[in-house]
Amino acid sequence: MIPDNLLPAAIVLSSLVPGLLIFLLGEERHVLRTALNMVGALSKLVFVWLLIRGVYDGRIFETRLALAPGLDLVLDADALSVLFVTLSTLLWLVTTVYAIGYLEHSPHRSRFFGFFSLCVTSTIGLALAGNLLTFVFFYEALTLSTYPLVAHRGTPDAARGARVYLAYTLGGGVLLLTGAVWLQSLAGPVVFTQGGMLSDLAGERDAQLVAIFFLLIAGLGVKAALVPLHGWLPQAMVAPAPVSALLHAVAVVKAGAFGIVRVVYDVYGVVLAESLGLLAALALMASVTILYGSLRALSQDGLKKRLAYSTVSQVSYIALGTAIFGPIATIGGVVHLVHQGVMKITLFFCAGNYAETLGVHRVSEMNGVGRRMPWTTLAFTVGALGMIGVPPVAGFVSKWYLGLGAVEAGSHWALLVLVASSLLNAAYFFPILFRAWFKEPPARWPEEPSPAGRLETSAALLWPPLITALLALAFGLFAAAPASPLEWAELIAQREYGL
Amino acid sequence: MIDWLALPISIPLLGAVLATAFPSRSSPIGLTTALLAAAAALIAGVLVAEVGPLRSDLGGWGAPLGISLQADGLSAALLAMANLVSLGISVYALWYFPAGSRRHFWPLWLLLWTALNGLFLAADLFNLYVTLELLGIAAAALGALTGGRDAVEANLRYLLVGLLGSMTYLLGVALLYTGLGTLDLGLAAQSLTAGPLAWISLALMLGGLLLKAALFPLHFWLPPAHAQAPAPVSAALSALVVKAAFYLVLRLWVELFGPVAGSGAASLLGALGAAGVVWGSWRAFRAERLKLLAAYSTVAQVGYLFLFFPLMAASQLPRQPELLGALVLLALTHGFAKAGLFLSAGLLQKTAGHDRIAELGPALRALPAVALAVGLAGVALIGLPPSGTFVAKWILLAESLRSGQWWWVPVVLLGTLLASGYVYRLLASAFGPGAQPVAGGGPAEAPAPIGRAIQTPALIMTLIAVVLLGLGAEPLWGLMSGSPP
Repeated sequence: MIPDNLLPAAIVLSSLVPGLLIFLLGEERHVLRTALNMVGALSKLVFVWLLIRGVYDGRIFETRLALAPGLDLVLDADALSVLFVTLSTLLWLVTTVYAIGYLEHSPHRSRFFGFFSLCVTSTIGLALAGNLLTFVFFYEALTLSTYPLVAHRGTPDAARGARVYLAYTLGGGVLLLTGAVWLQSLAGPVVFTQGGMLSDLAGERDAQLVAIFFLLIAGLGVKAALVPLHGWLPQAMVAPAPVSALLHAVAVVKAGAFGIVRVVYDVYGVVLAESLGLLAALALMASVTILYGSLRALSQDGLKKRLAYSTVSQVSYIALGTAIFGPIATIGGVVHLVHQGVMKITLFFCAGNYAETLGVHRVSEMNGVGRRMPWTTLAFTVGALGMIGVPPVAGFVSKWYLGLGAVEAGSHWALLVLVASSLLNAAYFFPILFRAWFKEPPARWPEEPSPAGRLETSAALLWPPLITALLALAFGLFAAAPASPLEWAELIAQREYGL
Repeated sequence: MIDWLALPISIPLLGAVLATAFPSRSSPIGLTTALLAAAAALIAGVLVAEVGPLRSDLGGWGAPLGISLQADGLSAALLAMANLVSLGISVYALWYFPAGSRRHFWPLWLLLWTALNGLFLAADLFNLYVTLELLGIAAAALGALTGGRDAVEANLRYLLVGLLGSMTYLLGVALLYTGLGTLDLGLAAQSLTAGPLAWISLALMLGGLLLKAALFPLHFWLPPAHAQAPAPVSAALSALVVKAAFYLVLRLWVELFGPVAGSGAASLLGALGAAGVVWGSWRAFRAERLKLLAAYSTVAQVGYLFLFFPLMAASQLPRQPELLGALVLLALTHGFAKAGLFLSAGLLQKTAGHDRIAELGPALRALPAVALAVGLAGVALIGLPPSGTFVAKWILLAESLRSGQWWWVPVVLLGTLLASGYVYRLLASAFGPGAQPVAGGGPAEAPAPIGRAIQTPALIMTLIAVVLLGLGAEPLWGLMSGSPP
């Protein structure tokens, strides 16, 4: 149907083209805009399905565009990119439905959905990137296309949040660019290769390789919100809920984490990274971030802020899994890429529902919210339990493999970090659940525009969190099923360690 | 047989004469001329790409006696860019100028166009001087078109600086002619050897041209002149006229002086370029008015171009076309982006009644297509993907590291961050609260009606800079490798 060398491009274009068309639409073309969004999201899903089938059959997909002699934009698909692309595509579809419901009556919808599509396009592009140049290309495009989404509301708060976001991410982008160009000037085109591609250079160029690694990680760490580069993330919470959801689950934060996995596994290679002592440094940064994020989350009263600090902590599980030298921890880190995505997007959808339906923005206002909005709160509960690591939600699987991996690799301190973080997770999520289910609801909600109808909130807002909560459950319950995220993660770990 | 090299020069010249003779019809004459000239230039460019460098001796008199024209990849690329940008500016100018000043605009503008095309196509040093002089005079006259006191003052200075520059250049040419007995570029290149003659004429010719190309610290005249001129003229000055002087520097360097100059001269050019990058970006970052910001950003962008000189001096032959390609890509991208930015600035200025950056929010929100054009121009000026600047900067950085001249890297990075800063200042207010854009992109609070048609030239130019030159510039390197090394 589509030639093999164009399928990756088709996956990227299926959100780019609708996005560009949406920019041209007038504000009132509601139906056409929705149609464009859905056609884009669904056709992307079909293309990704074709890609998965093909990769399973061992076919090679590669789109290549020469930008200059020796500089090629390459899109292709390996197990890791398939995992991330599938996650992004699924969650984009769900989030689009949610966003259409969420922004029903607000201004500048064409601008919003246009940039929303560009944001997804960039994420998909960097997921499929076959070399470092392509990755940097889409990474910067992601910075750019997300800015208007954070600034979308136009309030002074939004302007400040967006400014902080831009300052951090552009600064990070410059570091990443420097590292990438430096590496390319040493090694030639940096093609992502399972097991790494730099072993020839090791030995005489060690010092430079270490310096480059830290430049790259610093550049990626800004988006992945590694402490102390995380400062923009809580500020960016002013964005509309669907943006926060996408930002935390697949787009910006996850792009940083994905990049770290790529750099360690497919550029340096885990063996070289271990021998240069880079894994230890990364593990230290990740551990500090995990604990710091959880500690800060404890004291946040704003629901979205608490979730944001929780993201700071949870995303670094991925970095931690990457940094522990051993295949089992790798499985835990890589699979958390997916699991954290579905769980966190559920939590943000629910937070958006509370805010939209009842005007509830703070944890202290959530008393009895479970009685007024049982389904939303049920989804929230699944997400929260998953974050803590309670079986059978997906988060348990990640933590199980991470812990097992830490023991296997002899890194017992990492086990301590995991336990401490899980306790902290429980300490900041259980009070919310307790309030929501067991406390008396107030006589009046802060802001309830329309009284409860047949559903607790509009269908477009209710279904997305239910679907993602179900996914989070399914990924945990059926972790051993064929083609589950866990199976992909195992495949990636086997190839990386040459098992 | 049609002489495709002569047409891009003769068409605008004829148009200028006709526009002077029939002032009441100047607009239709101007637009027709613009279309024909751009078409001829593009055909010439395509011919070069297809069959390789072209040369034509007017009237059958070849060098060293007659006037010769030549076009290789370098001139073809710049010629095509200049003519497309000029076409866009012409369409825009139809709307921009009130009826009264139109009849002054067209003859001068077409004369400038003639000089520009002549400069890109001339094959000998004296004709280069003639076109350079003509270009400077037409540019200064256009810049003073509004007749305001500040504008006249700034452009009088511009004119004098330009004269100083071209006279210095002429002095160098005279010296070279005395020594070598020829004005033809190719013939001179064959007989020039390292020595006092080469060095002094190099210093004089390049010195004069650097003044016109606004290389730091010789840029002092540029910001007032470019900021005071009417928007379409500013676009031409920043995107094209400065580029023309730079083209000459590059042409002389590549063909004549590069082999004999030594690395000291190249390093000096690079160092001045670096200072220009930092200083120009910083001043743009601090500027309070949009057009001044755009003008200082030109100083910075010219600086980037000069960073390539020490790299070219250090590189061996196979790398040279690669660097030259990146250099030309940077120049082309800046040409389109900066023209688009100035044209957008003109629209914003007419809508808001001023160009104070801090208060441009409502105008930006009223004209979403213009805001988009400014944003795209910003992407190109910063050097973010997918613009052509991103590719060019990547190569610039990679070659700096590869040749061991790592000290250019922080300069480029600092310039990039400062550029992000000034573009951010410009666009942040576009997301402020306030009126939704009126469906159809019409004005919400504009005194002068701004239709969709007039917003398109800027948008198309910035799209070329960001999308076409970013993703589709690879053939440029093929074009460059056809030019003399």
